Amino acid sequence: MDRKNGVHAIRRSAGRLRKTPLVLLLLFLLLFLAGIGLDEPARVLEQARSICLSCIGIG
Amino acid sequence: MERLRRWIQVLWFFLSNGYWAFPVSGTLYQGPLKVLCSPGLNCYSCPAATTFCPVGSLQQLLLGVRLSLQAGQVYVGTYVLGCMGLLGATFGRLICGWACPFGLVQELFHRVPSPKVAVPRPLSWGKYLVLLLLVVVLPLTVLDDFGLGLPWFCKFLCPAGTLEAGIPMLLLMPDLRPAAGLLYLYKLGLLALVLLWSIAAFRPFCRALCPLGAFYGLFNRISLIQLKFNADNCTKCGACHRVCPVGIRVDQSPNSGECIRCLRCCTEACQFDALSLEIAGHALRTTPAPADESVRQTGRS
Repeated sequence: MDRKNGVHAIRRSAGRLRKTPLVLLLLFLLLFLAGIGLDEPARVLEQARSICLSCIGIG
Repeated sequence: MERLRRWIQVLWFFLSNGYWAFPVSGTLYQGPLKVLCSPGLNCYSCPAATTFCPVGSLQQLLLGVRLSLQAGQVYVGTYVLGCMGLLGATFGRLICGWACPFGLVQELFHRVPSPKVAVPRPLSWGKYLVLLLLVVVLPLTVLDDFGLGLPWFCKFLCPAGTLEAGIPMLLLMPDLRPAAGLLYLYKLGLLALVLLWSIAAFRPFCRALCPLGAFYGLFNRISLIQLKFNADNCTKCGACHRVCPVGIRVDQSPNSGECIRCLRCCTEACQFDALSLEIAGHALRTTPAPADESVRQTGRS
């Protein structure tokens, strides 16, 4: 790395892949897919397309 | 690295708020992109918002959960929680540091010259209370005569909603102005307080009150992207702690729920390869300079 030029060295080293984040990712992926199966995105889209009066301090 | 982070924050700000035809259309963006989750806190009632706010959406689903179940629709927040969890388990609070529009606003205010103060550490528990009470428990349990709850966080606390939606929408829609009363004034005052606090302290809302930061913070110790601390290389010089904008003892708790992964400790402070960014088990070390042996010895002494 050359500090004068402000260049940052990026070195890679192989490590061990932890299982916990992968299990969590799988869990949340299942939740995400379950939500799609239940047609929740349509409801979210409907909400997001309208003005949330509470969010803007009215109502 | 700090300049790169700033540019990425700006990029995310405009990706999350990319609909600039609103002065012509006179309303907020209503296209299909709004089915996508904004990684950071970004009000979906902002006229330029192109994505949905996970906190706002989760509350809206929870406050109406009884009615939707009665109607045979199981809208219990699985899609929104799935989006939030996928982001959290992958990035943790890296999102706060690199992709949150309201975080960027606070950081810009913090650049205003003034005496700087720390955020008292006990206040960091506030955001978990906000997440539990204002986002989940109260919308689910305090109901009106029709069985509907309130979006407590959005209505009574969220300054991002006031800044990104409250002010622009009232400018854009004059018809709404007569309806703006005490609640609107209260939220304007709250926004002003948060912004003034941001001048004196680094990202105080994120650290004390943000429920999305609290949620992502739960994942910091287990997310795919983490800070890795190598005790063998540490000289206990304390440079990482001094440079940390949120005051973490990086050598003691590199994956604290408070860390927003600005990476200053890796790129500006540690010269001894004691800190590195780990992505899915692979270390990416971004060191400011390789310390020669004499410096290393000095640091150890």
